[in-house]
Amino acid sequence: MGMEYLAPEFEVVRNRDRCTNCRICQQQCAHEVHRFDPKRGIMISDESKCVNCQRCVAFCPTRALKIVKSDCSFRPNANWRESAIREIYKQANSGGVLLSSMGNPNDLPVYWDRLLLNASQVTNPSIDPLREPMETKVFLGKKPQRITRDETGKLNCQLPPQIELSMPVMFSAMSYGSISYNAHASLARAASELGILYNTGEGGLHEDFYRYGPNTIVQVASGRFGVHEGYLNAGAAIEIKIGQGAKPGIGGHLPGAKIVGDVSRTRMIPEGSDAISPAPHHDIYSIEDLRQLVYSLKEATRYQKPVIVKVAAVHNIAAIASGIARSGADIIAIDGFRGGTGAAPTMIRDHVGIPIELALAAVDQRLREEGIRSDVSLVVGGSIRSAADVVKAVALGADACYIGTAALLALGCHLCRTCQSGKCSWGIATQRPELVSRLDPDTGSRRLVNLMTAWHHEIMEFMGGMGINSIEALRGNRLMLRGLGLTERELSVLGVAHAGE
Amino acid sequence: MKPEGQVRIPSGCAIAAVISREGRPISGGLMAEAMKPMHDRSNGLGGGFAGYGIYPEYKDFYALHLFFDQRATRKNCEVFLKERFEIIKSEIIPTRKIPAITGEPVIWRYFVAPLRSVLTSMQLDEKEFVARTVMYINACVDGAYVFSSGKNMGTFKAVGFPEDVAEFYRLEEYEGYSWTAHGRYPTNTPGWWGGAHPFTLLDYSVVHNGEISSYDANRRFIEMFGYKCTLQTDTEVITYIMDYLVRVQGLTLEEAASVIAAPFWSTIQRKTDLADREKHLYLRTLFSSLLITGPFSIVLGFTGGLMALNDRLKLRSMVVGEKEDRVYIASEEAAIRAVEPEAEHIWAPAGGEPVVIRVKDGAY
Repeated sequence: MGMEYLAPEFEVVRNRDRCTNCRICQQQCAHEVHRFDPKRGIMISDESKCVNCQRCVAFCPTRALKIVKSDCSFRPNANWRESAIREIYKQANSGGVLLSSMGNPNDLPVYWDRLLLNASQVTNPSIDPLREPMETKVFLGKKPQRITRDETGKLNCQLPPQIELSMPVMFSAMSYGSISYNAHASLARAASELGILYNTGEGGLHEDFYRYGPNTIVQVASGRFGVHEGYLNAGAAIEIKIGQGAKPGIGGHLPGAKIVGDVSRTRMIPEGSDAISPAPHHDIYSIEDLRQLVYSLKEATRYQKPVIVKVAAVHNIAAIASGIARSGADIIAIDGFRGGTGAAPTMIRDHVGIPIELALAAVDQRLREEGIRSDVSLVVGGSIRSAADVVKAVALGADACYIGTAALLALGCHLCRTCQSGKCSWGIATQRPELVSRLDPDTGSRRLVNLMTAWHHEIMEFMGGMGINSIEALRGNRLMLRGLGLTERELSVLGVAHAGE
Repeated sequence: MKPEGQVRIPSGCAIAAVISREGRPISGGLMAEAMKPMHDRSNGLGGGFAGYGIYPEYKDFYALHLFFDQRATRKNCEVFLKERFEIIKSEIIPTRKIPAITGEPVIWRYFVAPLRSVLTSMQLDEKEFVARTVMYINACVDGAYVFSSGKNMGTFKAVGFPEDVAEFYRLEEYEGYSWTAHGRYPTNTPGWWGGAHPFTLLDYSVVHNGEISSYDANRRFIEMFGYKCTLQTDTEVITYIMDYLVRVQGLTLEEAASVIAAPFWSTIQRKTDLADREKHLYLRTLFSSLLITGPFSIVLGFTGGLMALNDRLKLRSMVVGEKEDRVYIASEEAAIRAVEPEAEHIWAPAGGEPVVIRVKDGAY
């Protein structure tokens, strides 16, 4: 315990009858928890280093290990809960800002779980997706509601640039640097195979991945890392990242330790230098500046690529989205307060921003009231956990969803929420070669394809049950939703009726 | 219990229609006969008819049919109408007292022409002005409801079985070149007179059988363009969608049909006619929120013609038959046989395949 005044958060429970001292746990643990004590001839643990990433548990051949939350507790106090006390000790010890990773873990309402879906009975037949076509294809981009014809009366069939998706899900932005080469390779290959898109994040695009361009969204963020003309033209769309659900209003910081080799080259910054993304884009201090960046990017890509503007869900999101819709953007991506991150100040992650369900409902409704919903597509993330969340998001008004955490889980992430350490035992959020090599892109991409294929089946089952055979007929179809245990005010923001109504 | 309009009431139905390609007059009584064999497809909670070419002496004026809950409402509404229209004629719609139809509202019709000065000051064309006025009355004037607003056409509807509704409105006294008819089977009571079909806006009328699963997606989209779905019925939103696509956007009927009952993506992909493929890809992408899913068979009436359309899976029955200059459309062949035992070429249009029948030019 010593000067940190803190007992370890987790306990390593080792079944001595099962342990064979094979030392696999020692090899697998990137945090150096396990070691062999030659004097006693047994494996021992330094639990103060354990982050509960479950790597040792998964790899122990005799199932001798489990990691449990330590039941060593402070004197119970409903006000001074354990997390608050621990944070104070850590700060008193270090004098620093608390850092965390992944999404807000706190016990706040998850509206997805309070929304229930409809199904057809008697008056309307359900449709069996195994027998009848069930369409989940989505086009993202502007749909200008004005047709024109040539002098012979033939329709002019030119559409603004669109992204075509086989299902309404994309992998959200995670930069090369914050996650590994192999993680990026897995995402790119899976997106390609699935007919969906992944997103480079703000770390540039590794030269090996240009060939996945048609399934890539290239991101331009406030640090402008790795941005050049070839990069902008490499993808199917460009995303301007204004904000992120895990840390609205603040920038990013990738420590110099992670800026090595290819990461440095791809980001176009020197090895070992910290990659600082400023909080704002320094050329966007207002909405009219955003318009200039949107059109600069369109000029650079000859109006061939849709431009996405990604913002965090904050209090005034409906008005912000309306401003973005009028700024020339083709797609608005909104990231909820549970969205993940590779590193964020804990206080920001846990206390800034609003739930994506409410933000989505408010934005979709506002854009319709202003008659400009067709001018943009809406993509939502942070956090979409299952096919049911996707279906509910579409019914609330989303065109598609971004998934980040769910994709990382498929790659092996166990949500230990210590990405900021750079010691990811699963080879995802790390640049250490010996750890990166643990994630095999063949396996990774296959697991991602499996996950999306499973969701796809589930989405079709939901749709068939509702008697809907095309996803566009579900978009914004809020009659398919009912709230459960929500207040009048929550229902009114969500624009749904209560169950039983 | 909430009245219709504040609650969504799904319903099943029977539909029928007839048209003379030569524009020859057909009695409204014929449609009542056609509906009789389909009696069991209705439950007495709604029936109605639309006739085209029925007001030749007033063909240049919008015929507004209105329900009022009481006399005072009519007085107020007339004041409102007079501010916007020249009223050429106003009268009670003649009806016949029969035991099967009770609880009727005050039912009036007005033949009107929009005031030029009002059109100029609002910078609207005539049809848009009339459409907006109808929306306003239906959404904002308590107790008044416009249920027909086209030129040289009219809708007649009530709570009751369709054959009784025809008798109530003395439909055998009207003649038109085309008619549509509807019998309603709402799953909720009480049906309301305004909730019966056909549903109309300007000269578009829709009769519909089915319950669409895309309703709220369609409604929330179309309401962006000034339409107000006051009744929460499928038929109402389908009517507004057709008005938006055909009148406002300028699509042909066939193009509009390929928006609301769009071919599957795989079908579009398989098309070998590249121009046709491009057109379908374009229309489906652009108007994706107007795709209608779930079962429906509809007949759209318009000046000079009819269009019949099924959902793309053909989840509702609908057949077409002909005899000489007449074309018949109905939920069941029995309805056609009831009025034309010798009908020929009886066929069932495929899902998503529009059948458009037009009266020859100059004959309407």
